[in-house]
Amino acid sequence: MAARKSASSSRRKTGSSSRSTKPSIGDKIADFSKDEEFDALRRMLLIRRFEEKAGQLYGMGFIGGFCHLYIGQEAVVTGMQLTLQDGDQVITGYRDHGHMLATGMSPRGVMAELTGRQGGYSKGKGGSMHMFSKEKNFYGGHGIVGVPAPLGAGLALANQYRENGFVSLTYFGDGAANQGQVYESFNMASLWKLPVVFIIENNRYAMGTSVARSSAQPAFSERGASFKIPGFHVDGMDIRAVKAAGEEATDWARSGKGPVILEMETYRYRGHSMSDPAKYRTRDEVQKMRSEHDPIEQVRKRILDNEWADEDELKAIDKEIRDQVSDAADFAQSDPEPDESELYTDILL
Amino acid sequence: MSTQVLMPALSPTMEEGTLAKWNKKEGDTVEIGDVIAEIETDKATMEFEAVEEGTLGKILVSEGTENVKVNTPIAVLLEEGESADDVDEAAPPTGGNGAAKDGGEADESSQKEKAASDEGKKKAPAQPKQAEVPADPDIPEGTEMVETTVREALRDAMAEELRRDGDVFVMGEEVAEYEGAYKITQGLLSEFGAKRIIDTPITEHGFAGVGVGAAMAGLKPIVEFMTFNFAMQAIDQIVNSAAKTLYMSGGQMGAPIVFRGPNGAAARVGAQHSQCYGAWYSHIPGLKVVMPYTAADAKGLLKAAVRDPNPVMFLENEILYGQTFEVPKLDDFVLPIGRARTHREGADCTIVSFGIGMTYAIKAAEELSGMGIECEIIDLRTIRPMDLSSTIESVKKTKRLVTVEEGFPQSSIGTEIATRVMQQAFDYLDAPIATIAGKDVPMPYAANLEKLALPNVEEVIDAVKAVTYTA
Repeated sequence: MAARKSASSSRRKTGSSSRSTKPSIGDKIADFSKDEEFDALRRMLLIRRFEEKAGQLYGMGFIGGFCHLYIGQEAVVTGMQLTLQDGDQVITGYRDHGHMLATGMSPRGVMAELTGRQGGYSKGKGGSMHMFSKEKNFYGGHGIVGVPAPLGAGLALANQYRENGFVSLTYFGDGAANQGQVYESFNMASLWKLPVVFIIENNRYAMGTSVARSSAQPAFSERGASFKIPGFHVDGMDIRAVKAAGEEATDWARSGKGPVILEMETYRYRGHSMSDPAKYRTRDEVQKMRSEHDPIEQVRKRILDNEWADEDELKAIDKEIRDQVSDAADFAQSDPEPDESELYTDILL
Repeated sequence: MSTQVLMPALSPTMEEGTLAKWNKKEGDTVEIGDVIAEIETDKATMEFEAVEEGTLGKILVSEGTENVKVNTPIAVLLEEGESADDVDEAAPPTGGNGAAKDGGEADESSQKEKAASDEGKKKAPAQPKQAEVPADPDIPEGTEMVETTVREALRDAMAEELRRDGDVFVMGEEVAEYEGAYKITQGLLSEFGAKRIIDTPITEHGFAGVGVGAAMAGLKPIVEFMTFNFAMQAIDQIVNSAAKTLYMSGGQMGAPIVFRGPNGAAARVGAQHSQCYGAWYSHIPGLKVVMPYTAADAKGLLKAAVRDPNPVMFLENEILYGQTFEVPKLDDFVLPIGRARTHREGADCTIVSFGIGMTYAIKAAEELSGMGIECEIIDLRTIRPMDLSSTIESVKKTKRLVTVEEGFPQSSIGTEIATRVMQQAFDYLDAPIATIAGKDVPMPYAANLEKLALPNVEEVIDAVKAVTYTA
C-alpha cells in the first residue's frame, strides 16, 4: 500500500499539482508489471466467465426474474478495486455481479444467490440485485435506480464521523445519473467534503434509451460542476486507465478534500436484462466494441506482445477460471432452496 | 466433447417459444457471441448468442418450429476435432448435477410443471409468534414526577441517548443552528457540536438516504423530518432501503435508524401539510412504527427507538408538542416498543386510540362518564408491531369497541384493529365495531371545514352510545 501511495504522489507532480482545487487526473495509463497484467486478466476473466455462465443458467431456468449481466464492463470494477484499502466500501445498483466478485465475494455464494439457494449470500432471499457482504464491505446490490448515490454518501459520512480514513466507492450508471437524488447527494457530499468517489459507469444505454436521447449533458464527468465536484472522463475499457484515475480519485477523497466523479466510458455487450431484444443498437456497434475495445482482449494482447505467455498458457488460465465458475454453477444448482422457516426470519432484529 | 444447445428462457416468464430462424447452418464455425438463432417469445424476437465456441454439428429443431419448450435440445455444438458422428454422445451444457442432465428433458419439464402446480397448493408455514414484549418498567415509589411538555421530553430523550452513545447523531433541516423548526432539538447543538447535530439542505430524499447509508455502516442516526408530509419525498429510502435491507441481505446488515418528526394535521396548514402516515408505514414489514401521546411515553419510547437495531418511524404531533404531562425523574427511563398501555379503566365500552387521537377519546370518556357510561381507553403507543392483547382482554369485558384516529378512513389503523378484533374476539362482541377517523377528503384550509374534516369528541360520544345501544 505504501508503494502505491508514493507512486501516485509522484505522478501527481507531473500534473497541475500546484492547484489544490482538483485532483490531477488526465489520460494517464498505469504501468502494469507482468504480474499485474496476469492478475488483471484473471480477475476480469472470472467476471466474464461467471456472467456467461449466469446467462446460461438463466436460459436453462435455474435463475429467475431479473438478471443484468456485466459482460464488457469488467475493467471498471477490476481497476477500481486495485486502488482500494481494506475497509473501503463498495456500493452499486442492480448490475452488480461484477462488483461482488471484484470485492472478493465467493463465486459460489453469488451464483447460489442467483439460483435462490440457501448457500447464497442472502440465503436466497435477495436475488441478483440484492446481495451484501459485511465481510467484504460490499453494501449492495440495489434495485432502485439512483439509490446507491445517497447511501454511498451515507457510508462516506460514517467514515468521516469515525475518522477512519476509508473511502466509499459509489457506482451507478448513466441512466441513474439523471435521477434527482444523485444531485441531492452530490450537493451534500461536496458541502461536507465526504470521502466518496462517485463512479458513473456510462455504458451508453439506460435500459434501451441511449445517452443522446436521455441526457441534456452527455458529458457525465461534468455533472458535478454545479456542486464544485471535480470530474474526469476515463477510458473504462482500459484497466490501466481505470487504475490510474482511481488512485488519484481515492487519494483525493481519502485526504479529506471531498468527492470526485469518475465517468467511466464503457460498454455492455449483453442486453439490459436477459429479456432485452436490443433493438436500440446495431449488432455492428456491439461487434465493433468487442473486437476493438474489449477490456480482456487488451490485456491478453499485451501479454502476448510481451511474450509473457503463449496462447496455450492463456488457454490454461481460461480453463482454470472456467473450472472455478463451473464449480460455482454446480454448487448453485445442487445447493438446497432455503428452508421454509426462512420466510419469517431477518425481518426485524 | 460435443455439447447440446438448449432452447433458452429469454424472459422471467417464458416457458416456450418459436425458433424463428437459424443464422448458422450445420458445419458452420461458431464463436462466442455469434448470433446462432432468432427466437420469438411472447414479447419480442430475441437474438440467441452462442456461449461456447465450436462447430454447429447438427440442428435438432428446424426453423419455423413453434411451441418449443425451454430446455429442449435444439442443436449440437462440436469441439475442435470432433465430427458430426459424435452428436449422439452430446452432453447438455451443465457441469454436474444440473437438473437438465438427469433423465430426458421432456420428463424434466413435466416434473417441473408438476412441482410448480404442487407449489401452488402449498401452504405457507405459520408466522412465528412475536416474542413477548416486556411490561413497562416499575417506577419506584417516591419517584419525583416532573411536569414536562412533549417537546421537552423528546429533546431530553435525544440528549440522554446522545450522551450515552457516541454513534448516535441527529440530522435534518434546521435541527442545529435554528434549534428545530418546532424547537425539539433546542440546546443540542451547543452541547454536542456540529459533528453530531447536522443541519441538512432541504433535500429529504437525499438526506434520508444518507442517513440509511450511515446506519448500514453501523452509526445510529436520528433523522428529523420537519414534518412527515415531506417524508413522502423520502419514502423510497424508508421502505426500500431501510426496511428491506435486513431481509434482502439474509440478516447480514440492516439500518438502525430513527425517522422522527411531527405527523398529521396541525392547524390550518392545508392539504399538503396535514396528513397522517401511521397507516402507510404500518403496512411495511421491517419497520417499527411508534405514535406516542403522553410526554412520558414520548421520552421512554424515543429512547427505546434510538437503541432499537431496526428502522423506527417515530410519529409525533405538532399540537401535542406543547401539552404537559408528568414524567418520572429517573436516570434512564426506557419503555418497551410494541406494548399498549391502558390509559383509563371502564366496564362499558373499549376505546382504542394512539397519538393525538387520544385527546378525543379522553374527553369523550369524561363526558360519557357523566352519563353513566364508563369507557376503558387503550393507548396503542406502537402501531407496528401492534399489541392488541390488552384490547382483546378489554373487549372480552366490555363487548364493545370504538377506534379513534385522525388519519383517512380507508385502510386505516382502525380498520386493521377492527379486523383483528373481529377475528380474535368475534364471539365476545355485542355490537359492530365503530371506527372514527378523519373524513375521506384532502384537508381543507377554511377553519370551519378543517374542523369538520377532523374527528371530534361528539363523534366519539355518538359512536360509544351507538355500540352500547344508549339513546
